[in-house]
Amino acid sequence: MTTPTAPLDVAAVRGDFPILERRVNGNPLVYLDSAATSQKPRQVLDAMDDYYRRHNANVHRGVHTLAEEATHLFEEARGKVARFVGASERATVFTKNVSEAVNLVAYAWGLRNLREGDEILVTEMEHHSNLVPWQLVARLTGARVRAVPVTGDYLLDLDALDGLLGERTRIVAVSAMSNVLGTVNPVAEIARRAHAVGALVLADAAQAVPHAGVRLDTLGVDFLGFTGHKALGPMGVGVLVAREELLEGMEPFLGGGEMIRDVEIDRTTWNDIPWRFEAGTPNVAEAVGLGAAVDYLQALGMDRVRAHEVDVTGYALKRLGEIDGLRIYGPSEVEHRGGMVSFTLGDIHPHDVAQVLDADGIAVRAGHHCAKPLLRRLGVQATTRASFYLYSTTDEVDALVAGLDKVRRFFG
Amino acid sequence: MGLDDLYQEIILDHYRRPRNPGRLENAQVEVRHYNPVCGDELVVGLRLDGDRVAAAAVDAKGCSISQAAASVMTEQVLGRPVGEALDQAEAFRRLMHGEGEPDEELLGDGIAFKGVARYPVRVKCALLGWMAFKDAATRAAGGQGGGATVYGEEQDETAVRAARGDTREGRT
Repeated sequence: MTTPTAPLDVAAVRGDFPILERRVNGNPLVYLDSAATSQKPRQVLDAMDDYYRRHNANVHRGVHTLAEEATHLFEEARGKVARFVGASERATVFTKNVSEAVNLVAYAWGLRNLREGDEILVTEMEHHSNLVPWQLVARLTGARVRAVPVTGDYLLDLDALDGLLGERTRIVAVSAMSNVLGTVNPVAEIARRAHAVGALVLADAAQAVPHAGVRLDTLGVDFLGFTGHKALGPMGVGVLVAREELLEGMEPFLGGGEMIRDVEIDRTTWNDIPWRFEAGTPNVAEAVGLGAAVDYLQALGMDRVRAHEVDVTGYALKRLGEIDGLRIYGPSEVEHRGGMVSFTLGDIHPHDVAQVLDADGIAVRAGHHCAKPLLRRLGVQATTRASFYLYSTTDEVDALVAGLDKVRRFFG
Repeated sequence: MGLDDLYQEIILDHYRRPRNPGRLENAQVEVRHYNPVCGDELVVGLRLDGDRVAAAAVDAKGCSISQAAASVMTEQVLGRPVGEALDQAEAFRRLMHGEGEPDEELLGDGIAFKGVARYPVRVKCALLGWMAFKDAATRAAGGQGGGATVYGEEQDETAVRAARGDTREGRT
């Protein structure tokens, strides 16, 4: 493995992503929407293709050769993912996305442990996936959902956190990296404070695992969820990792095949973890694909991936900051943020911005980014978001800046 | 497919200078409609005189397509019998969904939005004003309205409260 200080060879990386050769509306694709979903290297595509061409069978069931191979590949992927995010294999559950991971905790833990008067602490910058499941369970249990406010600097208000944490607080559900602002939240510190009042902590690491390589063990949280498709893997596979003893004490979320030890007509005993939480035939090829994605990221080194994103994001903040009438929503210091920049351009609606950019092959996200409470707090209906990953280049930032100039001329 | 096909000059003109903007004084019916995909929202105010549209206004927040389509809508329906205006709404809906040949006579300036049909995400933007008009006109023709009610708000406020829940209290 190369030393961590050697920068990423972006040209070589880009060569691994077939989709980056595409042209869109006559122009080379400039893909600046990796926070919504990343593109996939051929190593991931090949692993999935190979799985279906050579090994496909249902897992944990058959004794035949293919069934054993499929089971081995599936469990091998679990091991890769577990090591990548600092969890034990036994406490690494495949879900279909982060939403399912949070719902799993909200229902399997929350529904059984929350009582009237208990408090679930979220933040104003949560994605709906780390908000709505808690609202649903709060409604069923009589617990309350409260939120840590966001400061004018787009950071979590940690003084307010201290005021909100108390003996009623049962769980703190916090994003490790905002998908709108890019803010990297001090989750380890939040976890220390939450644990001091006896609350559990769940980290939504949908952005933070792919872009910063955060881990369950180093963050010191109790639950951590992320999704494969934002981390070079396929759609359809997400991950919940947890402290093993917590998961061990939890009842199932979904019932069905695979999650049982023994079933009679009127009762069932549960399978061991993690399979207790994986009802039904899982997305095996997708898990295998995620395993290949983890291999790919680890071979490059997450520190180098992060360093590259810091470079590109810093350049984007500088260039975008020079545009008249462009307002950036997020921390100004690149060290405190992930590889994305949300902005508005005068009073031009983000949908119009994105539409004109698309005509030049530039893909950005426009909308509320599934974080409506945050946008309401920011006082905007929508923003445009450009997001970067290991294959993004400063040339692409230049293309974005040129595209925005065209947007202004078009609607001026 | 170029940008000029989507953003025809008529559309940009209505976007830059919306006709009949704002809340309608003495509205018989007001309705608020949303596009949850992009957060666009508008209030259509309507007053009928017999079976004719005597006044229409749109207070819109949103993208160029939704604002321009709503602006064109107000011009199209003013002075028309409600039944005919609803036919226009249907003609516009069919244009957006690519159903049959466009009825240019009914559509008027609405024909400028033909290119929008090729952008499925933007179709909802273009339809927002017309759907709100249809809602308002149906209510007005049915004798609803009067007072300070803005139809469509109550349900949303509940949803908004649920979505933000106790977050506001979190600041105390």
